[in-house]
Amino acid sequence: MSFSSRRLFGLMRKESLQIGRDPSALAIAFVLPAVLLFVFGFGVSLDARHVPVALVVQAPDAVTASFTGRLNRSTYFEPTTYRSIQRARRALAARKVQAIIWLRSDFTPRAESSGNAPIGVFVDGVDANTARIIEGYLRQVWANWLVAAARRGGKPAPMAVAEEPRVRFNAEVRSRNYLVPGLIAVIMTLTGALLTALVIAREWERGTMEALMVTPVTVAEILLAKLTPYFLLGMGGMLVSVALAVFLFAVPLHGSILVLTGCSALFMLASLGMGLLISSAARTQFAAGQIAIIATFLPAFILSGFVFDIGSMPAIIQLMTHLIAARYFVSILQSVFLAGDIRAVILPNAAALALMAALFLALARARARKRLD
Amino acid sequence: MRGASQGQRRKGWGRGGASMTESPAVALNAAAEAIRVQNVRRSFRSGQRTVEALAGVTACATRSRITGLVGPDGAGKTTLMRLIAGLLLADSGRIEVLGVDVAREPLAVQARLGYMPQRFGLYEDLTVRENLDLYADLQNLAPGGRAARYAELMRMTGLEPFLSRMAGRLSGGMKQKLGLACTLVNPPALLLLDEPTVGVDPVSRRELWQIIEHLVRDQQTTVLFSTAYLDEAERCAHVLLMHEGRLLGSGPPQDFMAEMSGRSFFASAPIDRRALQEILAGTAGVIDTVIQGGRVRLVTAASPDPRAIAARVPGLTLTPVPPRFEDSFVARLRTPGTSGEARPAPGATGTATAGASRTGRPRGAVISLQHVTRRFGAFTAVDDVSFEVARGEVFGLLGANGAGKSTTFRMLCGLLPPSAGALRVAGFDLRTAAAIARRRIGYMAQRFSLYGDLTVLQNLTFFASVYGLSGPAQARRIEWAMTEFVLGPLLAAKASDLPLGFKQRLALACALMHEPEILFLDEPTSGVDPLARREFWRRIGALAVSGGTVLVTTHFMEEAEYCDRLLIMSEGRVLTEGTPDAIKAAARRAEFPDPTLEDAFIAAIGTRGAAAA
Repeated sequence: MSFSSRRLFGLMRKESLQIGRDPSALAIAFVLPAVLLFVFGFGVSLDARHVPVALVVQAPDAVTASFTGRLNRSTYFEPTTYRSIQRARRALAARKVQAIIWLRSDFTPRAESSGNAPIGVFVDGVDANTARIIEGYLRQVWANWLVAAARRGGKPAPMAVAEEPRVRFNAEVRSRNYLVPGLIAVIMTLTGALLTALVIAREWERGTMEALMVTPVTVAEILLAKLTPYFLLGMGGMLVSVALAVFLFAVPLHGSILVLTGCSALFMLASLGMGLLISSAARTQFAAGQIAIIATFLPAFILSGFVFDIGSMPAIIQLMTHLIAARYFVSILQSVFLAGDIRAVILPNAAALALMAALFLALARARARKRLD
Repeated sequence: MRGASQGQRRKGWGRGGASMTESPAVALNAAAEAIRVQNVRRSFRSGQRTVEALAGVTACATRSRITGLVGPDGAGKTTLMRLIAGLLLADSGRIEVLGVDVAREPLAVQARLGYMPQRFGLYEDLTVRENLDLYADLQNLAPGGRAARYAELMRMTGLEPFLSRMAGRLSGGMKQKLGLACTLVNPPALLLLDEPTVGVDPVSRRELWQIIEHLVRDQQTTVLFSTAYLDEAERCAHVLLMHEGRLLGSGPPQDFMAEMSGRSFFASAPIDRRALQEILAGTAGVIDTVIQGGRVRLVTAASPDPRAIAARVPGLTLTPVPPRFEDSFVARLRTPGTSGEARPAPGATGTATAGASRTGRPRGAVISLQHVTRRFGAFTAVDDVSFEVARGEVFGLLGANGAGKSTTFRMLCGLLPPSAGALRVAGFDLRTAAAIARRRIGYMAQRFSLYGDLTVLQNLTFFASVYGLSGPAQARRIEWAMTEFVLGPLLAAKASDLPLGFKQRLALACALMHEPEILFLDEPTSGVDPLARREFWRRIGALAVSGGTVLVTTHFMEEAEYCDRLLIMSEGRVLTEGTPDAIKAAARRAEFPDPTLEDAFIAAIGTRGAAAA
């Protein structure tokens, strides 16, 4: 098959003109990413702050006051005092509070005798993630108080080791700092797989593909002409997202732009490969959109480790995540943004991305035919 | 891939016309045939059933001529085109195009081919110029040669003034011309046109034909032209007549017509033309009857006995007329033995809509438009249109693309309010009582609005319930539809699996479920085979006889002939109104003693153009 640069550039020019004139392409490439960035940058937070909690103290005295004072000073909680545990439970059921902290009448005696005063904690477990966070914070507040109380009393610390946590790589523990970089993978999936599959399906629907097929154009030229403009569009979307992340959402960028761009290019190729592969099977925009969302967008959202930690998924699901290109890219992104160019993270993940890109593109090429059947 | 590079290298051929040199490999078959199709079969799976699109077709197309691939929808025309273009592979058989086996070397063929698919792939968001540029690039045309080629194409198609307009904003006829220009950017040796004239108004249709005829004359291009309009067969040098995946006949159109010479007549008698048609259709020796204006055109079996026919109706006069291509198609489809169209006349049983008998009202205007205008911003789509349709009338609304037919239609359906003027349908003012008026209307769209995934019975039940029929009333109407439209044996079949003719019956049954007084039809029989079309129009005729009112929009002249009265619109205004015979008579000139309705239509629009200039 002979290759003609005139045909290729003609097709690429056509593709660029269409992107420029098509409001839906521009919406998927720029508006949707912006909306997602704003939602995840400003709206969604996985941190627990100012959580309303009920405080029930059965025998208030100086000791319990020092504990509740500590609770009041914490930015994590907004305690409200209830007179009985029954009332507090009603408040929990009515979702007025998300947890109950119960200091029973033996709190002070036990604190003074053994230095270990248990507290009762009830947490609203409907939102499992928040529940765990509340539990963890409470445990910390309590442990810190016990240590301080022991010191005051000149006794040894009640537990062998008191926690002294030091968080690295995201010192402020802001969820935005890892959500926003991860979001870039989702955004690039949209342009690479969804938009590409849609525009090719549209050519089938409108009959333009049939007319193209009967010109001397080769399959490689058609694929290359689709790949190039959408590659550039996706990389443009990536740069805009990175700029927004760094300048608007103040996410730190510890790694180098070069590594980021290189890895993004690999991911973009994998994404485009999936888009082309989908379009070889789906010839209506409806089908292409459905397949692209289920096969690429949702996995990039759910199984990439962008929101949900892969380590805490069941083993079988963890295994499945290895099939998802976004997973490798999210690892790279989180590392480049929050930790820096860590070779041990970048290299294996980039290799996986390169492999997937090669695989998908080769499959798409093999499946594309200049035939209608 | 030697063949492919050969095709590439010989890019220079053909530009000048006849000076085509052939490489030795190609020269073997260079003699006359550009396309040789040998015993080709091809079937498709559709749901659970297998459809045989081509059931062993053998055919040829001669160089430098127009070969017509003629047949109704579902004949296999598009499949054959795609096989020839190398877009599909045959299940068995062999296709040679320009001396090359398409299945083995599709690119070599495609390099010399111009192919215009049915819905031509214009990029609607690109301008005319950008579309041309794209196809020039795809054909690897050097930029130097383009200016001259574009100028020639623009002169040919008259698109010059629209070069920077978006293709999506061209009219239907202009889009087809642009599609043709795009396939001609690099003059092809073989041009495949898949139904280029479908949905195109008669004026644009004529222009398209002129362009193609010039091309063949000046550049010796070979053209394969597919069409469902049988009258277009007469313009081809050679016809391949197809029906249901088989080749029914092959030869010059004159040969087809010669078989029919002396067998076609105009019949007129001092009785109603529909009654006359019913009588003639039941007469032995008559194989086809069609209403043409005030007369009935009939075709007889091979050895006609005019006196026996004339004896059936007092005062009948039979005038011999020249045969048409369609006559031979109908003659081929009517299997010997079932002489005549003898079957109970639909609607004669009195079960069809009987608005008049039901209400007992006298004949009067059922649809009335007075000085109706509709504007969209600064654009006036319908400009001061007035007309009336009487009860029991079949009324045709004709016009070129963009004449304002669809806008008028939407206003009549109460879907669009007029900017000025008054519309009354079935006695109701559409401004105030659109919903009530709509209950009196049945509507059948060109693309039948059936639910393909539902069975025949489910479609009937659905449309009955949409119009508020339930219980015994619903059961009674479904029973009526089953017997009247002979749908009984097919009740459990999925609508999408029905043959086209049955789909059309079902669509009509659904539109008549609620016994509307008025039936709106939008190009109801374009592309349908002539027998199904005849059956459909006999039903419509019976409907009108029993007092139903029918409004048809179309630019398919065959359908216009069935109407009692016609209204021709252009650019939003009424050009002329009258019976088909009166409209034809008005177009009669010394050089045009017996104009067809299409001639009259073109003349009407032409006069207006001349007056405006």
